[in-house]
Formats: sequence, C-alpha cells, structure tokens
Amino acid sequence: MTDASPLYRPTAWRWMRYVVLTAAALLLLYPVLWMVMASLKPEDEIFSQPAALPGSLDWANYVEGWTGTGRSFGVYLLNSALVSTLSVVGNVLACSMAAYVFARLDFPFRRTLFAVMLVTIMLPFQVTLIPQYTLFRELGWLDTYLPLVVPKFLAVDAFFIFLMVQFIRGIPRELDEAARIDGCGPIRTFRRVIFPLLTPALVTTAIFTFIWTFDDFFGQLVYISSPSLFTVPLGLRVFIDTTGQSAYGPMLAMAVLALIPVVVFFLFFQKRLVSGLATSGLKG
Amino acid sequence: MVSLSSAALSARLGRRGGRVPAGRRVGRHPGAAFTLLSPWLIGIVGLTLGPMIASLVLSFTDYDLLSAPTFVGGANYARMLDDPRLAQSLGVTSTYVAIAVPLKTTCALLIAVVLARGVRLIGVYRAAFYLPSLLGASVAIAILWRLVFGSDGIFNAFLGMFGVEGQSWVSTPDTALFTLIALSVWQFGGPMVIFLAALLQVPAELQEAAAIDGAGPVRRFARITVPLITPVIFFNLVLEMINSFQTFTPSYIISGGTGGPADSTLLYSLYLYLEAFTKFRMGYASAMAWVLLLIIGLVTALLFWTSRRWVFYADSGER
Repeated sequence: MTDASPLYRPTAWRWMRYVVLTAAALLLLYPVLWMVMASLKPEDEIFSQPAALPGSLDWANYVEGWTGTGRSFGVYLLNSALVSTLSVVGNVLACSMAAYVFARLDFPFRRTLFAVMLVTIMLPFQVTLIPQYTLFRELGWLDTYLPLVVPKFLAVDAFFIFLMVQFIRGIPRELDEAARIDGCGPIRTFRRVIFPLLTPALVTTAIFTFIWTFDDFFGQLVYISSPSLFTVPLGLRVFIDTTGQSAYGPMLAMAVLALIPVVVFFLFFQKRLVSGLATSGLKG
Repeated sequence: MVSLSSAALSARLGRRGGRVPAGRRVGRHPGAAFTLLSPWLIGIVGLTLGPMIASLVLSFTDYDLLSAPTFVGGANYARMLDDPRLAQSLGVTSTYVAIAVPLKTTCALLIAVVLARGVRLIGVYRAAFYLPSLLGASVAIAILWRLVFGSDGIFNAFLGMFGVEGQSWVSTPDTALFTLIALSVWQFGGPMVIFLAALLQVPAELQEAAAIDGAGPVRRFARITVPLITPVIFFNLVLEMINSFQTFTPSYIISGGTGGPADSTLLYSLYLYLEAFTKFRMGYASAMAWVLLLIIGLVTALLFWTSRRWVFYADSGER
C-alpha cells in the first residue's frame, strides 16, 4: 500500500495492527517458550514460578532425561532419523515418478487413475489400517520399520504426487520435446530433464515428509513394540507411563529435544514450506 | 484441472489426424508410463484398494487375529447401535469437529487478513503463526498441553493474574475436550498460510474502487474480499474437517491412552485404536472405520451441496 492509496490509514491504526499481531504471536508461542525455560529449571521451580526466567542454566534435566527411560535418548533420536530419512527417500522417488506420468504421459485409464489418486488424498487412514496390519503381520514385518517405510516407496502419500503434478505442469513442455528430439525416451526425459527441474517440489516433499514422519505417533505405536526400536514419540510416551509428578523436568527436557529437529528444519526451509503449502491449496 | 482437459483435447485432436503443434502433445507411451507408475500401482492395489475391500469384508466378521475370521453378518453394525462408548465417542468427536474446525478457520482467516494488509516483517509474523501447525501433531506438544492445562499449569497462572481460581482442565470431564479444541485452534497457521496466499492475489484495484465509493474496511472485507476467497475458505473447511475426524495423538497422550476422564476425550480414532489393538476386535474396528468413512463422506457431500450457495468461482466461465 502506498501512501497515496485510499486504503492508507493513519499511523495510530498501523501501530495497533503491530501490537495485536505481536501480542497474538507471543501468546501462541509462549507455551513453547515456557517449556524451554522449564526444562532448564530445577524441578521445584517449574510450577512454583511458572513465568520466571531460569536463574541459571541448569542442564540437570537433560542429563537425567537422556537416560531416564533406562535407554539412551540418543537411540530414539537415531531410530527416528533412520525412519524419517528412509521415508523421505521413498516419497521423493516414488511420488515424483508417479507425478511425471500423470502430468506428462498418456496411457490407458489415465483419467480414471488420476481421479483415484486424488480421492485417496482424502481417504481416512483407518479404512485401510486393519487389513494393512494383518498383511504386514503375514509378511513377518511387525516390530520392524518396514510397515512405516515401504508404503512410502509405493507412493501411498498421494498428497505429494498432487503437489508435484502441479509443479510439473508449470515446466515448459518444450523441454520434453527437445529431449525427445535428442533421442530421449520418456524415462530418460524424466531422469535427465524433469527430475532435476523438480528440485523445489522435491525439497518441499522431503521436508514435509521428514517432519510428519518424525512427529508421527500412530503408525509407530501400532507397529513397533521392542524398546530398542523405539522412536522419539514412543520414547516420550515411556516418560508419561513411568514417571510421576516428580520427574516433569527430564520429560520436558526430552520433549524440547524432540522439537529441535523440526524447528531447525522449519527455520532453514520455512519459505519453501509455506510456498509449497500455498500452491497445493490454490491450484485445485 | 484446466491443463488436464487441454491435454485431453490435444490428444483428441491428434487422433483426428491433424498434426498438433510440437510442444503441445502429450506423449503416448503406455509402456514407460506403467513402468514409472508401477510403485504407485502396487501401492494403490496392495495398500489402498485391496485393504479397503478387505476391511469392508472384515466388518462383517468376528476377527481377533488369532483364529480365522468368522462371518457374523451385520452383527458388528448392530452392536454399534447399542454401544454406549461408541455413542459417547461419536458425541465427543462431533463436538470437537463442530467447534474446532470453524474456530480454527476463522482465526486463520482473521490473522491472514491483517497480514495481507501490508505489514512490515510479514515473513517473521507468518513464521511465528505457522510454527505451531508443524509442531502440534507431536507427542512433545501433547505432553506440554497436559502440563499447560494441569492444575499447576501456566493457563491457571495466567487466570490467576486476573484473580480467577483455576482447576485441572485436563482432568475435569466438562473441560478436558476444550483443551483438545484449544490445541487444534493453536495450529491455525496451516490454513492461515493458504488464506494469505489467496488474499495476496485479490486485486488491490477492487479494494481501492470500493474505498473510493465510500465502503469502510468491514464492508470491503465482507463484500469484496470474502466472496473472492470463498473457494479457499471451502477448501480449508473440507481439509480441516477431514483431518479433525482423524485426530489421535493429543487425545491419546493427554488422556494417557484411555480417552478419560470419564471418556470425555475419547475421540473416534482413539476408540477405534483401543477396540482394534487392545481388545483385538478387528471386525468391530473395521466396521467403525467404514462408518467413519461414511460420516466423512456425508459431511463432505453436505459441504459441497451448501457450497453451491456460497462459494463463488470467478473462473467458472472458463471451464
């Protein structure tokens, strides 16, 4: 808005806007800030002085929490990192292949299959849950990471296919045509031309997949039972089950650790996340 | 879908014999197409469509994972009709969806409108409002919520500043569900980002013209901005509704896996999980899953039906 615009409003109004926005943002983020502060306080101060800044940084909660479940929290972090990384690889490869086919190639039943793909985005996971569980049980996959990771290599997260289809539609077809004239078949065109140009959408997919898998609780709760395979969400649950009123500090400290990877990813890639999300919503 | 139909059109033109200009044509390569599509095809058959049919079949059986399923006809569905816990969880879930979705969408729209009016440091504000929606589904935040709304929590400390005596909001049946609703609304940043992108595309000339005609900010918002972004409002409502019906983690963590106190946080997904994986009533849980699909389908259809009255597609003439 320039000052000449009829929408221009006096300065007092403008300042009000910043006051309201800042207050709302602080209110929203305060619980998380509180959690970080509380994790650095001795147990008895967490609830007696809830708003106070910690007097000194007390890392005791982190030390205690790291081994608080009888197993190093590092194990949970590594397990989560493994599951999330494999999921990222699966989604990036399988969804980009499917997206390229839907966006660029013609084949029998193309429109029907595309419609099926779109509908599965909205399908509640409960409808396939129990047969999937029995299938993975028959395959002997229970209590392994396979039920969490293999579906990603089969492009089950159709949301990302849709995201990439939208992106590929924006890539000029002349590039495909040029590759064809140079003798590339469709698979080579995908590998050499489309896949590299798809990088922004691949990065968005990778980050969302990482964060969502890292945060996912349901699948890990259902499929993983051995404590040595526990991921971060399952490790945190152990704290709730085993600790009483007296051990909130270590639990909060580990909860903070669990949020750090997501927050770091967000800070590095927030522009890409936001634009990816916005595109998916707008070009329906 | 515009480019899809133009692709179909050019394919049809090609079949009539007229040469389609280079660069417009969609390559017809069924072999390569099915090769690249094969992971998705295996997934859609083996992990989606197949299991869907299987769960429909299982919903007419008794199945405890140990012995083979036995056919029981409509007994599972009949049992749903007089299962008081199911009625309770349907009530809890409906309340949750009916309050959380409109509240979350409204917050998202209001904040997006303020941000879209041209704010300095818009990126910082957008990031601050968006961050909770990335964290909110995690166990860590659900744990935090238990403490925030506990008797010693910061919510009561905040109320205390105004002299209000608090209580343990998570362990009182009348209020526990509202802590879950608050957690959902806390994550309004997701739909907000989508609103913001849409609002930034509303042409400024329209606003200015209305302002010159003497329309105040409220009228401009109600008469110009809102009609132009009704498709996005609709999109967000449908998306949030579908997701809300499936909420699981906060209800599990905040209630310690029980849905308590007094089943007041027993969201449908949690009850389904408890029936399937603690009582091993796989047939009953399958029936519950299909009823959930039916409910979501009906509510979606209802939203689509009402959308004809209030959703305005500016580009509908082009289709």
